[in-house]
Amino acid sequence: MNKFSFVDCKTVDEALGQLNNGATVKAGGIDLLDLMKEGIVAPPKLVNIRNVDSLRGITVSKDGLHLGPLVTLSEIAAHPDIQRTYSGLSDAAGHAATPQVRNMATVGGNIMQRPRCWYFRSTDFDCRKKGTSDVCHALTGENQYHAVINNSTCAMVHPSSTAVPLLGMNATVELTSKRGKRTVAMSDFYVPPEKSLINETVVQPGELITGIFVPAPEPGTRSAYQKYGEKESFDWPIADAGIVLVMDGNRCRKAAVVMGVAAPTPIRSAAAEAVLTGKTIDEATARAAAKAAMQGATPLSQNGYKTQLFQTAIYRTVLLAAGQMQRDPSAIG
Amino acid sequence: MADAPKMEFSRRGFLKGAGITAASTVIESANALARDAKDGLSGPQAVGPDAIPIKLRINGQEHAVTVEPRYTLAQTLRDNLEMTGTKVVCDRGSCSACTVWIDKTPALACMTLAVDAVGREITTIEGLSHGETMHPVQAAFVKHDAMQCGFCTPGMVMSCAALLERNPNPKLSDVKHAVSGNLCRCGTYPKVFAATLDAAQQRGQIADLVTLNTGTERYDGA
Repeated sequence: MNKFSFVDCKTVDEALGQLNNGATVKAGGIDLLDLMKEGIVAPPKLVNIRNVDSLRGITVSKDGLHLGPLVTLSEIAAHPDIQRTYSGLSDAAGHAATPQVRNMATVGGNIMQRPRCWYFRSTDFDCRKKGTSDVCHALTGENQYHAVINNSTCAMVHPSSTAVPLLGMNATVELTSKRGKRTVAMSDFYVPPEKSLINETVVQPGELITGIFVPAPEPGTRSAYQKYGEKESFDWPIADAGIVLVMDGNRCRKAAVVMGVAAPTPIRSAAAEAVLTGKTIDEATARAAAKAAMQGATPLSQNGYKTQLFQTAIYRTVLLAAGQMQRDPSAIG
Repeated sequence: MADAPKMEFSRRGFLKGAGITAASTVIESANALARDAKDGLSGPQAVGPDAIPIKLRINGQEHAVTVEPRYTLAQTLRDNLEMTGTKVVCDRGSCSACTVWIDKTPALACMTLAVDAVGREITTIEGLSHGETMHPVQAAFVKHDAMQCGFCTPGMVMSCAALLERNPNPKLSDVKHAVSGNLCRCGTYPKVFAATLDAAQQRGQIADLVTLNTGTERYDGA
C-alpha cells in the first residue's frame, strides 16, 4: 500500500474542505483498501468520513426510507421496517460478502465500489478501462464472470448488490459539494463505459454522497433479490436479480426487473418488465420475463452460461417477490 | 574576451535569501488558513504519511504505538504490539482469519486502518480468556477438537464468541451464519458447529462464573 496522509473528519463541511488534490473519501474502507493493497489506486490523502455522525442513521417515514451513506450493510439487513417494506434491499444487503464485511461496509461505499474485472484489478495488465492501453483483455481472454450485455467497449461488471434493488425501487442519491447539493436518480447514477471509461458514476471530484432516499412503495408492492455465485459466502454474484412488483391481487400492475452483474452497470430490463406488466404472475409469465431479459445478450467466449443463470435468477426471484416461492436454497449468501 | 560573470555568493546572503523564502512560506500558509477560515472550512489536521503516535484501547488496556496511517490494525497488533493471536491470511477481507471485535462487533483487522481504530474498543483473541482460564468457546473448541492447522481458529473463535454474546441460545443455522465468512481450508466446520453449540449450553449453566475479560490483565500466551 502507498504511503498517504489521513484526516479524520467529524462534519460534512470538514470533509468537503479536505477533498482536494487527489484526496479520496474513506468510509468503511473495504473496497478502497483492497484497491490500494493491489496498487490500483494510490491516493495521497484519505478523508475519513466514518466519524461524521450526520451521515449515519436509518429513517423510515410515510414518504419513504432515508439511509445515511454510512449505514452498514448489517444495519440494513437487520432493520425490521426494511425487511418488511423494502425486502429486496434487506435481501441484497444481507447476502453481500461476509458478516464481518457487512459489519464494516457502508451502503454509500457499496454503490461506489469500483468494477470487478480481474484485468482491471491487476497491475500486471494495462487495459482500456485503466486508460493505459486500448485493449479490453476480457473480450478475448478469460471472461467467464464478465458482462453479457453492453459488453463491447469494456466487459467489466459492477459488483454492488444494494444498487440492484435501489435501482428497482427508484431510489435517489443526494450529492453534496462546496457548491451545494444535487439529487441524482439511481437510474442516472452509473455511467456506462461507452459514455466514459473514466467516470463510473456521476459523482464528481469534491462531491460526497450525503443521503440515499427510497420513496415509499405504492400499496401492493412486493420486492425480492437473489444472487447466484460459485461460493456460498463472500463471493460476488455471477448472476443476480432484483424484482419489484406492484400487485393488484394476482395481477402485476407495474414491474421493475433489475440485473446486477449482467452489464458494466446495474440495468433494468424493459423487455422483461413489459412481459410482467398487466399479467397474472405465475411460472409461465416468470419464465417468459426471464427469457425476454436475455434477448439480445451478447455473451463472450466463456460466459454463455450466465445468460441461462440470469434467466433462472429472474424466474425464481419474480416468483419469490410474488410470494409464490420460498427463497431459493441454492441462492448464495 | 569578456570577463566571466562573477559569482557572488556569501553565507550571509544565502541566509538572508533563505529567510525570505521561509517567511513567504509562513505568509502563504497563513493566507491559506485565513482562506479556509473564511470558507468555514478550517478543520481537522491531516496526519502522516510518516509514522505518528496513536493510542489504541485493546482488551480494556490502552496501548501507545507509533504507526504510519497505512498500517492496518492487524499489522499493528502483530508487528508493533506482539499480539500475534490475530492471524493474517488473505489480507483482503476474504477469509476472516483476522477477525477481532471493534466496539463488540466482529470486524476485519486486515481491512481496518490502525489510525481509524483510535477511540474504539478493540477485543482480540488474547482478551477472550481470563489469564489461563479459557473462554467457554475456546474450551469447547479444545474439547471438540475443532481445529486442525489452527490458522483460522482465532478468527473462528471470535466469530462464535460474538454470536454467543448477542444470542446465548443459537441454533445450528445461527452458528453456520456466524462463521460463514471464516474460511477453514482443513474443513473443521462440523466440529466448530458442535463446539459452539456445546459452549452455548455450558455457558448457560455457568453464566455467573464466566464474564468476558474487559480487563486488567493481559493473556501472554502467543
